[in-house]
Amino acid sequence: MEFKFEGRAKLITQVLMALGLVALVGGYLTDHSDHHQRWWANLLVNGFFYFSLSLAALFFYALQYITESAWSVVIKRFFEAMLGFLPYGAAVIVIVLLAGQFHIHHLYHWMDTTLYHEFMTVDGGVSTYFDKEVAGAVKNPNYDSIIAAKGAYFSTWFFWLRTFIYLFTFLVFAKLFRKWSLQEDEIGGVELHFKVFRRSALFMVFFAYFSSTLSWDWLMSIDPHWFSTLYGWYLFSGMWVGMIIFTHVTILWLKSKGYFEEITESHMHDLGKWMFAISMLWSYLFFSQFMLIWYSNIPEEVTYYVSRIFTDYKVPFVTMFLINFVVPFLVLISRDTKRNPAFLLPVAFLIFIGHFTDVYLLVIPGTMFNHNVFGLFEIGLFLGFLGLFINRTLTTLSKAPLIAKNHPLLQESKDLHY
Amino acid sequence: MQRESAIREPLILGHKTYKDITDDVVGPIMGPAPLGWKIMITISSIIAIYGIGSILYLIGTGIGVWGLNKTVGWAWDITNFVWWVGIGHAGTLISAVLLLFRQKWRMAINRSAEAMTIFAVIMAAVFPGIHMGRIWLAYYAFPLPNQFGSIWVNFNSPLLWDVFAISTYFSVSLVFWYVGLIPDFATIRDRMVKPLPKKIYGILSFGWSGRAKHWNRFEELSLVLAGIATPLVFSVHSIVSMDFATSIIPGWHTTIFPPYFVSGAVFSGFAMVQTLLLVMRKAYKLEDYIHIKHVEYMNIVIIVTGSIVGVAYLTELFISWYSGVEYESYAFINRFSGPYSIAYWTMMTCNVISPQLFWFKKIRRSFVATFILSIVVNIGMWFERYVIIVTSLHRDYLPSSWGEFIPTATDVGIFIGTLGIFLTLFLTFTRFFPVLALNELKTILKSSGESYKNEQVK
Repeated sequence: MEFKFEGRAKLITQVLMALGLVALVGGYLTDHSDHHQRWWANLLVNGFFYFSLSLAALFFYALQYITESAWSVVIKRFFEAMLGFLPYGAAVIVIVLLAGQFHIHHLYHWMDTTLYHEFMTVDGGVSTYFDKEVAGAVKNPNYDSIIAAKGAYFSTWFFWLRTFIYLFTFLVFAKLFRKWSLQEDEIGGVELHFKVFRRSALFMVFFAYFSSTLSWDWLMSIDPHWFSTLYGWYLFSGMWVGMIIFTHVTILWLKSKGYFEEITESHMHDLGKWMFAISMLWSYLFFSQFMLIWYSNIPEEVTYYVSRIFTDYKVPFVTMFLINFVVPFLVLISRDTKRNPAFLLPVAFLIFIGHFTDVYLLVIPGTMFNHNVFGLFEIGLFLGFLGLFINRTLTTLSKAPLIAKNHPLLQESKDLHY
Repeated sequence: MQRESAIREPLILGHKTYKDITDDVVGPIMGPAPLGWKIMITISSIIAIYGIGSILYLIGTGIGVWGLNKTVGWAWDITNFVWWVGIGHAGTLISAVLLLFRQKWRMAINRSAEAMTIFAVIMAAVFPGIHMGRIWLAYYAFPLPNQFGSIWVNFNSPLLWDVFAISTYFSVSLVFWYVGLIPDFATIRDRMVKPLPKKIYGILSFGWSGRAKHWNRFEELSLVLAGIATPLVFSVHSIVSMDFATSIIPGWHTTIFPPYFVSGAVFSGFAMVQTLLLVMRKAYKLEDYIHIKHVEYMNIVIIVTGSIVGVAYLTELFISWYSGVEYESYAFINRFSGPYSIAYWTMMTCNVISPQLFWFKKIRRSFVATFILSIVVNIGMWFERYVIIVTSLHRDYLPSSWGEFIPTATDVGIFIGTLGIFLTLFLTFTRFFPVLALNELKTILKSSGESYKNEQVK
């Protein structure tokens, strides 16, 4: 059975996208912060959040292969569909980074090249920077010894090489997984299956490193003095929950339209378990990072949470954690609620926004400091990206049969009953 | 019944009937003890007695007989503790987490892995006990009513959280393990002819009758216990890691510690399961139940957790540089180039490089290679804790306080002794307990047994 993306659903996504476009233009015109900092910061938040959902889908897809999981085979095409957004997300991230590189905005303080040199000479308004003292040089007031020490990691070519490698790797694997999946429909057999199995293991090796390093490069470096070894894993768990929520909700909708008949209540229950389990994983990692930094209370680290808890961000920050942890814990722990959309959907919507807020609070306090504004622009942009994400996902979904008919574990997946 | 895909390898080899499974598992318990078992238990008991002697000497004399000094006030004692707790992670992971993930291959290994877990946790508990110096005051570790004056436990201390985490983990693991044993004890009871053992197994089986209602409750209870045990698998080693990470000692204080310790624990636990099971399957002729596919699956768990640990090592190393904090950077430079660099490189080789050999299918599916590598991993994981603990402590902030740790014969004696006690307990288990979850195995015979699967293919 093929999915047809048309009618009201398509229209709604287009309306959302148009709304996002209005927000994008209106936001730019009304944003009076220095260098349009607010506009760019929100573009990064949305670009990264939705990119990470797509990336998590890629990860989860590979995970299903290497664990030889059967339950998810009937949902496989949906994970592939979410990969449709990957290039768009990547493009937004590249645009934000490029703009930073050309000093159009100032999200990444470390992109300021004047920070790295201890001495400078000023000659008729032209500053020249030196690492060592030369005749006539004065101390560079912008010099930041902590950032300068990271100079090797933040050098322009190395930063861009990394960014390029991450995106290239993800896009290539996404394309290949999709290609092999469609090929399997044609030729069948098990050879292709084992090939994807092996490639998935290879992908995991890349992903293990890149998921950490990309989060340091793109997000942790916003607070350039701060560091946390757990940061990458924490972000990874967040993207994973977001992706599972999106999958669950969208499949419920697709099923209500008569698609995906093979997906039974048992499959939805399994997705619900993932939503519960990864919410708990996220809470565990959030708490581990937070508690250890709070407990030892050393200035190198604790500033990060001070700027989130003892400022205007207090209410959203604390609420975000409570919602993302307490709500799924209390509601989704029961078997029956995981099988009942009346309970599951409100939780899903709530924690989806919760995890968006999580990403928002990773970026905004370090870029907008204590003069942040939250308004229609932020809401519009979020909805616009949501529309684009749904639109890309459903468009990709409509391009192939909903069930991968030659998958060797398909029968087991259809038989799933617990 | 669910049809299992043809691409999955069978989990029970050969043509077995339900009766064969019972015979294969219960047979060794009914018969006389084999010679190999007698030899092994004699050797391990002698080592155990030596260990108990060392412990008594320590308690009688005081912890000055360890090699500790003012700078390195924590060394082998806590290293051994963390090592044993880590090993005690595999069993519950296999029986609880793999149950939730519906991994059927766990059925062949969960019973003995969980027994191993329980014994390992007992060994771990020895160390905090004896390192108090005055073990007769050990009850001060619990928040007992305030009859002892104003002395009260410190709820801010992760060491106290450890007391709670480990005692909870131990209780739940024990209950979980025992619940699984009940139907199997009943099977032995029904087979036993001698009256006294029959009576004993009858009591142990709680009057299990095999009624549908019993099975129903058994399955529900297993699922609930699995749900409780899963967060415990995470909490125990997370809290162990917090013993270090909440402090501000460079090399100890890092946020990645909780998940990375959990992963390391699973890594070492699986290695220990491999070491024990590869011997057990031969000794008890269980080759059809614990075969190369099970070993391969466990080896895959070892690659995954070993690589997670590897990523964590590199992350720590990188961030120590990235942080720009000179104490952090020094702690790590000192680790790989200082006086304990041999320990560091042993750890790196055993934990990060050696498990990567399992990427090769030939090595992953070889009993000999697996056995050797499982021991290598256990050595590496012991060194990991040693590196974290001793190298971070031996350099104080003041160079005048720098020190060095040299283990004494008592240090070594107690550690080797715990290995002996552990093996004695495990050997006793294999002699009197059903080493495979035989009733659970019967549920997958028709779907995953080799002969049944092949007929299905035809």
